[in-house]
Amino acid sequence: MHMGLEETATALRALSLRAIHSARSGHPGGSLSVADILTALYFEIMRVKPDEPDWIDRDRLILSKGHACPALYAALAMKGYFSEEHVLGLRHIDSDMEGHPDFRIAGIDAPSGSLGMGLSQGLGMAMGGRYQNKDFRTHVILGDGDLQEGNTWEAIMAAGHHKMDSLVAIYDANKLQGDAPVKVQLDLGDVAAKVAQFGWHTIDVDGHDISALKAAFDEAKATKGKPTFMVADTIKGKGVSFMEGELFWHGSVTMSDQQLEDALKELGND
Amino acid sequence: MTDQSILSYWGPGEEVSVRDAFGRILVHMAETRADWVFLDADVAGGTGAKPLIQARPDRVMQFGIAEQNMMAAAAGVADTGLIPVVSTFAAFGCMRAHEQFRTAIAYAGRNVKLCCSHHGLDVGPDGATAQMLEDLATMRAIPDVTVISPADANEFMKAFAAILDHEGPVYMRIGRSPTRVVYDEDHDFTIGKAHRIRDGKDVTVFATGVMVPRALDAAVALEADGISVRVVNMSTIKPIDRDEVVAAAAETGGIVSAEDHNVLGGMGSAIAECLAEHHPAKMRFVGVKDRFGKSGEHTNLPAMFGIDAGAVAQACRDILKSQ
Repeated sequence: MHMGLEETATALRALSLRAIHSARSGHPGGSLSVADILTALYFEIMRVKPDEPDWIDRDRLILSKGHACPALYAALAMKGYFSEEHVLGLRHIDSDMEGHPDFRIAGIDAPSGSLGMGLSQGLGMAMGGRYQNKDFRTHVILGDGDLQEGNTWEAIMAAGHHKMDSLVAIYDANKLQGDAPVKVQLDLGDVAAKVAQFGWHTIDVDGHDISALKAAFDEAKATKGKPTFMVADTIKGKGVSFMEGELFWHGSVTMSDQQLEDALKELGND
Repeated sequence: MTDQSILSYWGPGEEVSVRDAFGRILVHMAETRADWVFLDADVAGGTGAKPLIQARPDRVMQFGIAEQNMMAAAAGVADTGLIPVVSTFAAFGCMRAHEQFRTAIAYAGRNVKLCCSHHGLDVGPDGATAQMLEDLATMRAIPDVTVISPADANEFMKAFAAILDHEGPVYMRIGRSPTRVVYDEDHDFTIGKAHRIRDGKDVTVFATGVMVPRALDAAVALEADGISVRVVNMSTIKPIDRDEVVAAAAETGGIVSAEDHNVLGGMGSAIAECLAEHHPAKMRFVGVKDRFGKSGEHTNLPAMFGIDAGAVAQACRDILKSQ
């Protein structure tokens, strides 16, 4: 079964890169670091109906680090919300595949791209669900930059205070941000320890180990009275050796035909 | 104990703070509609929502002093099918959390109602930092947002019912200081429709919020000098009532705008944009002249800043003299 999920993750990476190549801009590094997290969520964890995207009781996912949306669009296409061909319209004027997630796209639960607002929106979904005795779960994927925004810490404080146990934050800790390593720009320190102080259950997980991610989501679901915060240790550009850990591939970069070909070959998806 | 499902209105001529109307209509709507929730950032005492917090805590989501989180969370609450009524002071709701409103709420077309008190010189003693003089401008600039500034307590309650029935993001002002009630309970409020309170043929004053009774006072004073003033309550700032603006220009010539707001970007600007395109006419702008407010009473600040009834009357005389 896990072999299947890994193949799914590889296909998701390949489709993301083909979309970014087609767009002639976009963010490959963060798309590749989040690919396994999205695979675990969409193909193992989340309760959704691709033929009924607005189903009110669906589990929700907000990609707060919205610049990695090529990976999210790829996941949604592979899940059946729209065609894989459609994803190649990324950033094109005649397509709805916006450069950052647009709420009007089927399967997109919130607009994002302006960092720092995703966790609040997820908190609101969880609060609305609790108010109406609904059992859906809400997942929010945060990047390093999200955790530099004050708005995110307001949400962390409030979610802990309200004991919002249907809310799960997944921190895609790939350690590089737009212009420099996170430690250089604004070091986040021990994020798990800080978040725990605000009343969250925290889990350290290898963000590229899908079975470990699945176990972490199961642990989150079993945790009562506290929201769960996963620190997912990831590698920016994961899966393509010339992109891994390379700041240049944060984006928004143009990928040459040769670079795409090399990347797909390495992924075994050419 | 009174039956909260029966809504009582104030009598015309009474001096009532619109925030008292906010508390009254919230409690009433809690008894009569189950489809909305209230989001507060620890300022219910100031916005007037306290009666709801006390009577129906089950309808309240509390965020503490963290308006950016509250605003973006409102978008999430709306996603679950509830109508969030978000309330704080205008400086926080319309400026500190402006981007959250724009991106998480308006861009996504979320059905959120933002009601803010503490705008304009109407705030009084709290001074310039609390006197948001830019809210109509900042909110009007966001696509797909309806912007409403009711004239009095009774119109506020009608407008609140209307915005709950309206699908889409709304910003509405809640006045703080006691203001003369203009309307009785039979007043018909419709989003996007200006209301001609007093007809006249020489000049038209478009007024909003606390400026409506001041404009009426100015019209009475000018009548004694033989000047006939039309007074229109422009309680919807966006979408602006183009027909009423064009009719005023065609029928009375000069136009005066009157608002407790910076003269840049608010109701006067919205009217000017409309006139410039559809029926050019001379205008005078009564508002705060691109400066910050200061501490003082809501009764004496308007004269100091040129937004009292006298200033409205003077603007009418000026425009007639220039024609």
